[in-house]
Amino acid sequence: MSNPAPQPTAAAPEPTQVADATEAVVVREVERIFPGAKGATVTALTGIELTVHGGEFVSLIGPSGCGKSTLLRLIADLDEPTAGDIRVFGKTARQARVEQAYGIAFQQAGLLPWRSVAANIELPLQLHGMGAADRRARVAELLDLVGLADFAKHYPDQLSGGMQQRVAIARSLAERPRLLLMDEPFGALDEMTRERMQTELLRIRAETGAAVVFVTHSIPEAVYLSDRVVVMSPRPGRITAEIDVRLGEAGERGEDLREDAAFFEGVTAVREALHGPAAAAAAPRGVDVR
Amino acid sequence: MTGLPDTAIATQLTPPATSEPRRRRTGDRPLRRFARLVLPPVALFIVLVLLAELVVVSLGIPPFVLASPSAIWTQLVQYAPQVLEATLVTGFNALVGLVIGAVVGVLLAIVASLIRAIDGMLAPVVAAVAVVPIVALAPVLYTMFGSTSEVARIIIASLAAFVPVFLNTLRGLRQVRPVHRDLMRSYAATRSQETRFVTIPSALPHFFTGLRIASSLAVISALVAEYFGGPRQGLGSAITTAAASSAYARAWAFVVGAILLGLLFFALTSLIERIASRHR
Repeated sequence: MSNPAPQPTAAAPEPTQVADATEAVVVREVERIFPGAKGATVTALTGIELTVHGGEFVSLIGPSGCGKSTLLRLIADLDEPTAGDIRVFGKTARQARVEQAYGIAFQQAGLLPWRSVAANIELPLQLHGMGAADRRARVAELLDLVGLADFAKHYPDQLSGGMQQRVAIARSLAERPRLLLMDEPFGALDEMTRERMQTELLRIRAETGAAVVFVTHSIPEAVYLSDRVVVMSPRPGRITAEIDVRLGEAGERGEDLREDAAFFEGVTAVREALHGPAAAAAAPRGVDVR
Repeated sequence: MTGLPDTAIATQLTPPATSEPRRRRTGDRPLRRFARLVLPPVALFIVLVLLAELVVVSLGIPPFVLASPSAIWTQLVQYAPQVLEATLVTGFNALVGLVIGAVVGVLLAIVASLIRAIDGMLAPVVAAVAVVPIVALAPVLYTMFGSTSEVARIIIASLAAFVPVFLNTLRGLRQVRPVHRDLMRSYAATRSQETRFVTIPSALPHFFTGLRIASSLAVISALVAEYFGGPRQGLGSAITTAAASSAYARAWAFVVGAILLGLLFFALTSLIERIASRHR
């Protein structure tokens, strides 16, 4: 339909039109229109082009209503696009979901309150028919991975928000997915817990080598975690910029990075992309102005 | 008296489990907690009994106005076997009624939650059942099943128990959180898996809330139904018989039996409810 002036900045590599199984996610010309009140429609997403390579960490960032969560739900096949095509490891989104190609974590941990921590983590394994002994072994591994080995028998209501979210992450990793979809998983946590969880997520990601699509509205979070930040804008929801921020191998990024010049450059770049150069120029900043 | 079940439903419909209280295990000792919880009402009860005794004796109130606690106690001890037997008869009717009402309530709630058309058909019927007064129903059922049968009382108790169980269970079956639904979809879970792993566990605390409300209603209904005919062996019959022969203290002794029976039902179902909604 109407293609507004700013083209998607990083043009997608054209030759890979055919679904490539090595790419974790390929989104082509995707549009999602919700029916609104009295016959009106809401265009949540339009003209979305996005490729997430295998093992890559991509953040979707933008203000509320820009459709970043909707895009994630489309990739997860929790919702369907009104137009366009989504491939996950070369398969349709539906097929990928049915074959459990991804793990998912939501802003609300979404643990089942009547199941213990261990039982929550083993839920997907149990649903897909893994034997009890194998399940126990895998749950023990995952509990170690997220540092909750002592809490296996606790119930979600006995855990803090950060611990609940770690359980949810362990659960999303249970079946060793090569793609992890995360919808503001740290959105409800306090800042200190949040930074700790981010560092932990990087370590886990380095250990698993999974590709990650990470929805957030925090600029520092996106820059700290990502290889690439995808900036989105609302009404209608679309991608306005893609910024490479890769600050080093996932496993090597430590707390020091948060005070590194490269980190601040990344934050500035994403902020300018989000607010536009005019707003960014108005803000008093050191280096660029002089 | 007969309108009681309906108002009780109306005021107790909202189950406390929906608000998802974050109960954390506090470190206080269970014995102290128990004492703090139980001692005040017990103390109040003793004070009230002593006060009643004092008032009745000192003012010389006649027993048909208010029997003195000591007289009631004497009667309770003297007629203990009769009180126990009457309590068992009424208690059995209430229990059978509660079980039947709960089973039917759960089954219909499941059907209504699965098929929207049936839900629409059931809603007015349930509303009608909820407002049927025992006074109106009991004589009709006694003529239907004969005056020597307990069936009428069991039916009345199960009708009273059915309504809160049905309404709360249906509500519970619709309480699955969207995030859990998304999660099960992301796992490509089958419909029966979703029912077993998420829908039923989500609904259970609501069912038990309904059962707690229904337990009191079943006892009240089984007892009140005895006022309107049928075999003369339950608590309700005993109360009317004793009152009719001017044995007021004895009537009160049977009332005490009724109170204990109601408390027993309530305490047991409350306990089950608490256990079921521990981790919410």
